[in-house]
Amino acid sequence: MSGRTMLGKLTWSAIPFDQPIPLLAGAVVLVVILAVLVWVVVAGHLPDLWREWITSVDHKRIGVMYTLLACVMLLRGFSDAIMMRAQQAVAFHSNGFLPPEHYNQIFSAHGTIMIFFVAMPFVIGLMNLVVPLQLGVRDVAFPTLNSVGFWLTATGALLVNISLVIGEFARTGWLPYPPLSELTYSPGVGVDYYLWSLEISGVGTLVAGINLVTTVLKIRTKGMSYMRMPMFCWTTLASNLLIIAAFPILTATLAMLILDRYLGFHFFTNDGGGNVMMFMNLIWAWGHPEVYILVLPAFGIYSEVVSTFSGKPLFGYRSMVLATMAICVISFMVWLHHFFTMGAGPDVNAIFGIASMIIAVPTGVKIYNWLFTMFAGRIRFSTPMMWSIGFMVTFIIGGLTGVLVAVPPADFLLHNSLFLVAHFHNVIIGGVLFGAFAGYTYWFPKAFGFRLHEGWGIASFWFWLIGFYVAFMPLYAVGFLGMTRRMQHFDVAEWRPWLAIASIGAGLVLVGILCQIAQLVVSIRRRAELRDVTGDPWDGRSLEWATASPPPVFNFAILPDVTGEDAYWAMKRRARDEGEHEPAYGPIDMPRNSPTGFVCAFFATVMGFALIWHIWWMVGLGLLGAFATFVVFAWRDHDEYEIPADEVARLDRANLQARRNLVTAAGSI
Amino acid sequence: MKLAEFTTAASDYAAHVDALFALLSVISAVVVVVIAGLISFFMIRYHKGSRAPRGETPERSSREIEIGWTAATFFTFLFLFWWAASDQLAALATPKDALEIHVVAKQWMWRIQHPSGAREIDELHVPAHTNVRLIMTSQDVIHDLYLPALRLKQDILPDRYTYLSFNAIRTGVFHLTCAEFCGTDHSVMAGRLVVMTPEDYSRWNAAQPEGDDLAHQGETLFRSLGCSGCHTPGSTVHAPDLGGIYGSAVQLADGRTITADEAYLRDCILLPDKNRVAGFPPLMPNFSGFVSPGQVISLVAYIKSLSRQSADPGPGASP
Repeated sequence: MSGRTMLGKLTWSAIPFDQPIPLLAGAVVLVVILAVLVWVVVAGHLPDLWREWITSVDHKRIGVMYTLLACVMLLRGFSDAIMMRAQQAVAFHSNGFLPPEHYNQIFSAHGTIMIFFVAMPFVIGLMNLVVPLQLGVRDVAFPTLNSVGFWLTATGALLVNISLVIGEFARTGWLPYPPLSELTYSPGVGVDYYLWSLEISGVGTLVAGINLVTTVLKIRTKGMSYMRMPMFCWTTLASNLLIIAAFPILTATLAMLILDRYLGFHFFTNDGGGNVMMFMNLIWAWGHPEVYILVLPAFGIYSEVVSTFSGKPLFGYRSMVLATMAICVISFMVWLHHFFTMGAGPDVNAIFGIASMIIAVPTGVKIYNWLFTMFAGRIRFSTPMMWSIGFMVTFIIGGLTGVLVAVPPADFLLHNSLFLVAHFHNVIIGGVLFGAFAGYTYWFPKAFGFRLHEGWGIASFWFWLIGFYVAFMPLYAVGFLGMTRRMQHFDVAEWRPWLAIASIGAGLVLVGILCQIAQLVVSIRRRAELRDVTGDPWDGRSLEWATASPPPVFNFAILPDVTGEDAYWAMKRRARDEGEHEPAYGPIDMPRNSPTGFVCAFFATVMGFALIWHIWWMVGLGLLGAFATFVVFAWRDHDEYEIPADEVARLDRANLQARRNLVTAAGSI
Repeated sequence: MKLAEFTTAASDYAAHVDALFALLSVISAVVVVVIAGLISFFMIRYHKGSRAPRGETPERSSREIEIGWTAATFFTFLFLFWWAASDQLAALATPKDALEIHVVAKQWMWRIQHPSGAREIDELHVPAHTNVRLIMTSQDVIHDLYLPALRLKQDILPDRYTYLSFNAIRTGVFHLTCAEFCGTDHSVMAGRLVVMTPEDYSRWNAAQPEGDDLAHQGETLFRSLGCSGCHTPGSTVHAPDLGGIYGSAVQLADGRTITADEAYLRDCILLPDKNRVAGFPPLMPNFSGFVSPGQVISLVAYIKSLSRQSADPGPGASP
């Protein structure tokens, strides 16, 4: 008896012994994690791991960890996708292999994980890694806060995955509309897992946003005026402004639902004057800007990649900046197009429909700009460029089907059908994910000092691209033929072949992912021959290529002086014309590592888990621990250390020598 | 189930939507082909090592190009929207003299009540060539009535009425289903839309088990729940007279003026403090939890029938 009160709602029945799939998956993941941990300890990497990564406040390391989190979570989210496609492929006149209780958790987890723990950390990771380098500075504005942000995001991801083996995940879809998500209709802990993991990771995202906005606005190298920033910095600024404006809405909305569920409030209940439509409006007031939070950084990546691999400056830089900021503003005025069918009336629908048409314009303008950047260029078809070209074609299709569903009468036909599912996968895979992959291959040599294997990269691109079309074009068709989303089974024979083809597409994407894993393994094994000695593997144009690969912890020995757009391109030209002279090196102060983020996230995990299971003493423990962590951090005296001038000079000379050697080698051919 | 139950266009509006969809698809396809073609052309012509001439684009002309294509895109989209939506807004306007059928959605079934009092579950019988107006509410979570053959979808919300109007022209059996995920058995929350000739519909209606029509059921409830104690002219308790209230403008205690529609009447029964009428003390008891959504529908139908009776004589009808 006392045991039960000690652990709140948590009992042995929370472990789903009767469901082999999650249990087996959980066991495999646990074994893998344990094996990695044992290997780390036995091989003696633990001190290194702690010192160099877990407590690191270096923006490059944190960026890499964000990206790694995204890649691991992509595997989880994709496993869900495979199960869903397989279920619908066999669930004609039958229950398939997933009962509704389980199937409903899978599509909810798939959406939640892919948006919050794949797409978000992927783009935030790339922004973290690259933006300070592009701005020509040493770090982000708040390095320790950066680490806190990352670890809180990881906490959210961890909680979602714990739900696989302890308890259950939400069965409400990735946006838990009340009253379905209220205690009356969802009494289990699933919705609580969803709420607390997003509350905690939402705080992480918000501080990441604050950090990056401050960095772009306040920390730029000499001469780096706004209109000289690389496009990726602009889209980072826009995206993080949106994070700051939109994520508090999400946090507040979910907090209201938490109050409903935990303390009997009635913001969204059926009785007591609650209003269920308020949730829909609020969640999409965050949800639509979120779309652009994800896709704007991807647009930035495409801009960098297309310009670099066409060997030309970006066409229409100014209009691109304008388009980005226009999207930033208009994205807050279109949220209602996610529920034209709610019954707001034709006038309201028309206004939001028109706003949705207008926001398509700056997006279209961007496509033209990339297209004309390619015009009269010298195009090299390396993997990042292939992802970008694949994006351009795919995204136009996704964009135009988006315009289709933005017309209310068409939306009444297509809303909540598989056509809609195909549309948003079209823009999120074709827009965000392809961009993330382009950025991953483009900046990988910068992060690790060696390039990714080209052959495996191209192979994975083709499997992803073809797999995407085979998986989602049939969903457009079957959605038009009347199939709604989130169907656990169906009984229309004509839908069946389409769903079978779609599952083959998912299989092709799986091959694409396997190619990416192979690419990583092969590249690590052959890193000697793929080494990037100069720090400029692609003949780049912006400042991240002006430093060694991987960059020293301080990024630039001497902060660069910028005189125009495409700063590094100009520097390369000047160096050719004027020759080089060695700068006067000085000592550099860098922020010290701090375990604050990790320890704080540890307590946040404890607190989140305890809140989900109503273990109140543990909630107190977690809260106290997290608070104490910050007190300890606030009281520390030494927050910087000095890198002596000799060390700076040694590192920088080595890099300059490597570059000179390459120029000489090229000259001698 | 047959695909035709989904794809048949059973109303003029549905045929309209199909034409609209087809046209938008064709336009989209043209845009995709043009841009994909340009991308391929540039890829081939300007790949590194090709011998195509590469003059610089002059600054001036590039600005003109940009302004030109931005404006062109802008006006194309706006035109598309205007053309696609304006035509349809008219089609969605509520018709007069519609046959009003009540729909109550709950996990995981549809309850239908016809004005004659006929009830059915998971089946919706409607006459063809007749304006039909569905008045819908949910008993629990958010649902969404999807009538694929009519190309219509409408969310159904708890605590609120939503409406769907159509005029089916093709008789037959079609599908109806829930399009908003509503919990475990969402996938089985489906049924049939049966469009019949008006004569068949009357026959079908007559063949249903005898029962009072909605207004009469409401009248019975009005007495048994004690509403009539206060809401009759001459009652000792001061309460608004309900004769002729439906459709009229009501002055509220907080200064607002509201039109008494179904949603307003329903709120008055379930949330009496939300829209208190000016000049009346807050005496109305809260009936939420005491009456089912079906009973509310009957009560509202009764109050609406009072308006029809009192509107007929002309003089004496309250403003």
